[in-house]
Amino acid sequence: MKGVRHYPGFLAMTIGCLVVLYAPLIVVTVYSFNGSTSITQWGGFSWRWYADVFTGPEAPRFAAAAWNSLTIAVLAATAATAIATAAAVAMVRGGRFRGKSATFALINLPLMVPEIVTAVATLIFFSAIGLTTGYLTILIAHVTFCIPFAYLPIAARLEGIESSYEQAARDLYATRAQAFRLILLPLMAPGIISGFLLAFIISLDDFIITNFVKGAGMETLPTAIFGSVKQGIKPNIMAISTMMLAVSVLFVTLSYFINRSGQKTRA
Amino acid sequence: MNAPTVDIRNAVKRYGTVTALHGVSLSIADNEFFTLLGPSGCGKTTLLRMIAGFEDVTEGEILLFGKDIARLEPNHRPVNTVFQHYALFPHMSVIDNVAFGLKMKGMALAERRARAGKMLEMVHLSAFADRLPAQLSGGQQQRVALARALAPDPKVLLLDEPLSALDLKLRQAMRVELKQLQEETGITFIFVTHDQEEALTMSDRIAVMSAGHVQQVGSPRDIYEAPVNRFVADFIGETNLVPVTVEAVADGRATVLLPGGHRMSCAADAGIGPGAHHLSVRPERMNLGTTGDLEAVVERVVYLGTDLQLHTHLDGGQPLHVRLQNSARADLPAPGARVALQIEEGAARLLVD
Ligand SMILES: Nc1ncnc2c1ncn2[C@@H]1O[C@H](COP(=O)(O)OP(=O)(O)OP(=O)(O)O)[C@@H](O)[C@H]1O
Ligand SMILES: [Mg+2]
Repeated sequence: MKGVRHYPGFLAMTIGCLVVLYAPLIVVTVYSFNGSTSITQWGGFSWRWYADVFTGPEAPRFAAAAWNSLTIAVLAATAATAIATAAAVAMVRGGRFRGKSATFALINLPLMVPEIVTAVATLIFFSAIGLTTGYLTILIAHVTFCIPFAYLPIAARLEGIESSYEQAARDLYATRAQAFRLILLPLMAPGIISGFLLAFIISLDDFIITNFVKGAGMETLPTAIFGSVKQGIKPNIMAISTMMLAVSVLFVTLSYFINRSGQKTRA
Repeated sequence: MNAPTVDIRNAVKRYGTVTALHGVSLSIADNEFFTLLGPSGCGKTTLLRMIAGFEDVTEGEILLFGKDIARLEPNHRPVNTVFQHYALFPHMSVIDNVAFGLKMKGMALAERRARAGKMLEMVHLSAFADRLPAQLSGGQQQRVALARALAPDPKVLLLDEPLSALDLKLRQAMRVELKQLQEETGITFIFVTHDQEEALTMSDRIAVMSAGHVQQVGSPRDIYEAPVNRFVADFIGETNLVPVTVEAVADGRATVLLPGGHRMSCAADAGIGPGAHHLSVRPERMNLGTTGDLEAVVERVVYLGTDLQLHTHLDGGQPLHVRLQNSARADLPAPGARVALQIEEGAARLLVD
């Protein structure tokens, strides 16, 4: 059979896709180092917009938003990972139980529901139960939509761990709790860390849902950037976007390698 | 009289509509090397897992030293298992693996390290104490699994085809070592295998199983020399099943009409009456003669090193294998030749079908 490379138009299509996907990112990254105030004219290499992010007029606003984003991401990812771990153990190790497929669908539903629908529904829900929008509502919303992202790598990992390890532990006088803590949890660790990192990034990047449930005066980094762009794009936005991109790439890469190294040491 | 170490009474196991075990009863004595032998899917692993506590018993009961263990969790049973693929904890060093059971039993660090070290010495792996399981060969992993299961000094050791992943040489060496270990420790071993040679060389007693039933329980000699039915005769070693007619039974002996018209007398178990039966004759227990009990036509002569095997068929077309010692004999029959075969005294066994 001919390789896919030999199909006519393969090269053009590949280049087209790559350009559409990555050219904007490259432009943003490159222009974040632009020496001039213009966002289209190159004025030589400089760190000035990075300095502006930390010391410029908008610095206090960005700092507060960054702090909110960071703490929400850590808390939401932690809670989502804990819930996803429990869910994965129940789904993968719980044998057959009634409503198993329904549970699986429920866990993964947020991946399929359009984000805008979730955003509106969540907002309606919060106002219906009389919860004032703010930090707490953002956190609750983030925990919910982070669960499936944490769940997928954890469940995949657990599926690859034979149940004979836990049985061997139980056979050697470990209680259920000891078998979980001393054997299953360490073996699941790469999946759990990977799930946590993914959930963290998803929370950090979220805009649509956050924008709906954040309430007045409350900002996360994405909503602060959006607010600032509404008054025209300044190069400091490119600097801040580049920094977020760097964090995302770092975490996703980390998540990938942790998952892979875990697979290699499996005996 | 002492209660048997493990007493299985009419144990039934059902998975939904599948019945894996149909009322198995076995009594296993103290210090015994007991083997469950049978083809794939006959329920050996299921029975072992029920003793270990990983599966519950659908009906019947399993007693350990006279006490019903149905309600005991696996960690409360004085029984340890060597798993088929060893299930060594991949994130723990060899010594920590071996010490795990001791730790769970609450033994102090210094004491359990010392005991784990001794166990490793016993399986000749002291030099590997700090390695991870993934850094060991299959044979070494197998020994670690053995040391780990023996360290807490269980009353019963369960072994699920522990040698099946090893190559032939190592497997043969490990058979001897396992048997020695069992004799030294005095622990009751319940050993699962589908390899009849393994079962015959190591066991004190063997239970031959098929399709969820125990077919026969006995010493290796009993099982080999006196199989009770066609399944056992066929499964253990190589045998010829010759269709015969029993003409009369008297005083535990039967007069048997062989294909070809000769008659012979052989022992008959209770339950054998006149009519059609099968006679089991091991290939090595027939000889060439000038006159014989059976007459056959040689198809092929197969050279096996120490032995020669004659592939023959009777006049009715039934195949018959004969194994001869490879002595320097000149009178080897050629393919197509007619030969007379004598069955050794006491070597033929009448089977209940
Ligand atoms: N969890 C299960 N659910 C349904 N059927 C099962 C289950 N476990 C085993 N069985 C069935 O029970 C029967 C006995 O299985 P078991 O594993 O005990 O066989 P075995 O004698 O150990 O075979 P092998 O030599 O291949 O390991 C098989 O027919 C198998 O399909
Ligand atoms: Mg098995």
